[in-house]
Amino acid sequence: MSTTERTDVLVIGSGFGGAIPAYHLAAGGAKVVILERGPHLTAPDFTHDLRLGSYTRIVDLVQGDGITVVAGNCVGGSSVVYFAASLRAPGFVFDRRGSLGHRLWPSTLTRAALDPWYDRVEEALPVAEQSWDQVPYPGGLFAAACARAGRSCNPVPVAVDLARCTNCNWMLNGCHFDAKRSMLLNYLPAATAHGAEIRPLHEAQTIAPATTPGYRYRVSYTQLDAGDYRLPVGVGAIEAKTVVLAAGALATPVLLQRSAPLLGGVPRAVGRYFSGNGDRVSIADVDEGKVRDLLGLERAPGIPYQGFPIGKPIGSMSYDRLDAATAEFTRFSLQQIYFPGITDLLAQATDAPATSWFGVRKKEMRARWPSWLSVLAMTEDDNEGVFGPPPPTGSSTRVATSLCLSTLSYRPTANTLRGWAAADAEARAVLESDGLARVRPWSENAAGSVSAHPLASCRMGDDPATSALDDRGELRGHPGLFVTDGSAVPTSLCVNPSLTIAALAERACPGIVESTVEAGVRARYGAPAPR
Amino acid sequence: MVPGEKRYGQDAAIAGAAPGPGAVQAGAVELLNLPDLGIGVLLPELALLVNTRALAFAATHGRVLLPTQPPFVALRFTDRTVLAGELLTPGAPDRQLYVLLALFAAAAFDTAAHLHTAAAIRQRHPGLAWIGFPAPDADGLWRFPDYSYGRRLASEHPLTTPGGHPA
Repeated sequence: MSTTERTDVLVIGSGFGGAIPAYHLAAGGAKVVILERGPHLTAPDFTHDLRLGSYTRIVDLVQGDGITVVAGNCVGGSSVVYFAASLRAPGFVFDRRGSLGHRLWPSTLTRAALDPWYDRVEEALPVAEQSWDQVPYPGGLFAAACARAGRSCNPVPVAVDLARCTNCNWMLNGCHFDAKRSMLLNYLPAATAHGAEIRPLHEAQTIAPATTPGYRYRVSYTQLDAGDYRLPVGVGAIEAKTVVLAAGALATPVLLQRSAPLLGGVPRAVGRYFSGNGDRVSIADVDEGKVRDLLGLERAPGIPYQGFPIGKPIGSMSYDRLDAATAEFTRFSLQQIYFPGITDLLAQATDAPATSWFGVRKKEMRARWPSWLSVLAMTEDDNEGVFGPPPPTGSSTRVATSLCLSTLSYRPTANTLRGWAAADAEARAVLESDGLARVRPWSENAAGSVSAHPLASCRMGDDPATSALDDRGELRGHPGLFVTDGSAVPTSLCVNPSLTIAALAERACPGIVESTVEAGVRARYGAPAPR
Repeated sequence: MVPGEKRYGQDAAIAGAAPGPGAVQAGAVELLNLPDLGIGVLLPELALLVNTRALAFAATHGRVLLPTQPPFVALRFTDRTVLAGELLTPGAPDRQLYVLLALFAAAAFDTAAHLHTAAAIRQRHPGLAWIGFPAPDADGLWRFPDYSYGRRLASEHPLTTPGGHPA
């Protein structure tokens, strides 16, 4: 017979969205338990290795219909496996209307309103602005191409201790050198220092009303086998006065969908309006001779570039098309980014769409791999993703190590396609002039659209018809149930979302503490940034 | 997915459509049989599925296949390529299955996903060698002390805020 435990605050997920409330609630005096689906690994465990079973322990590839998403699956969540680009969203993003024709963000949220919360996150991480002599070769090459094309280009702020960084380019595996400032190095240890308890390999399954007087929710979970996440090894339940749901934009809506009958329904917007942040990846096959002749670059005698595998994965980006005065769905950033070899399959080599990404010509292109340059456009998509009925357990069906099938479907609208086309044209304008490189978007035949930035599947807003959360991050109609991960972010951001997710989580904390106090817990808000 | 040269003169499984080693030589079959992956037991069924589609392709395109070879192997390389494109096209039946197979085959070549990477490089893994994957330091970890052109190569956007963010 399983027993039901009790806690003041239960946090589901330990990434940016979960670690930050866990810290503030624990530091404020509440008893906090964190359920995390993935394992708890630290720097010595993070190997430089592409063997299945290494990085695949902590990274999931989730295949939907028309979209594939990359997401973290470990204590620290995506902060452990992301590429650490830490950018504030441009001001115009908060005024976005999408195709719904009304402002999608809560009226209380603007860039100016969020800036103090961005400041708080940057105190804890911290975020470093790379100087030009810290931008790796691919970022330098992209910047030089931008300058030649009459564009500007910026070094990217990163949550990396630059003094420790070895520019190894293995960020997807977790940082072996503890240079990347993940949640494992700040909010989570600070939370546990205040008594918070992290339970790895615990997958939340349902949220229901509690049966114990004074408690609001009962969360059931499955314990997973450490060697095979498909195997359950135990079950349990915890009752809490406050629940903070931060399982990520691929899991939070699914957990709520499954819980809907138990909770007496959830808002219509749960599991709708998913955004892939408008991510659009292209590969540039760079002509080394042109790098020398057109850009005057040489990194070693006789070697103009050949730098694709070198460096921090994200070095430089162009803000030129983040112009607030231009129309929605034409604005985007263009960012230099490295992708590990597991994605090489997606690069296109020929003009025949059905077979462009494999075969003889593709193999020839692979021989030039060190001379590849990849660029990520983050555009204004139209929140067109929708989740189908939830699977029996978990957020997706795990078919093999790291590989999951989701009910998420994504059919880009004409608006999104317009944004992607504009981004593709700009990448070509920058990189193809005089034959410097040949640029092609990743093939969509293999995996559909690919995103590393899942957002908005349970979003906040003012309109109850199109948003699941109020502007404090509380699920409509369910007091004490908060959502603080990427699923709360209403729209794509035109930049990497981590800093905005973290800032919104920081912003939600006073309200979560207030709600917890209302439930009878002696807690207070006001802990300093963890160091 | 990654074509290679024949391993020996009478090699029927590999079409020999491209010079140098391909996915098979890079360990695709070993990878598909990796216990971690847990799909090894399904491979005979998957082969049957592919061969059934190959037979159907041959019938609808008027191809005569040698009965001594499995139907997919008996197809010409150009036909295999077209068939693979059809199997992997969005909306095709069982597409998700073929996408995973394609991913694993390519992962054997591009990442030696069945081997520890440092060891794979020591062994001159054909895929990693083909793409020019750099070697690690003696301790099996990668570091790039020389990593930057070391100079400003563009002007920053005029509306960049302190800290390097867009306005």
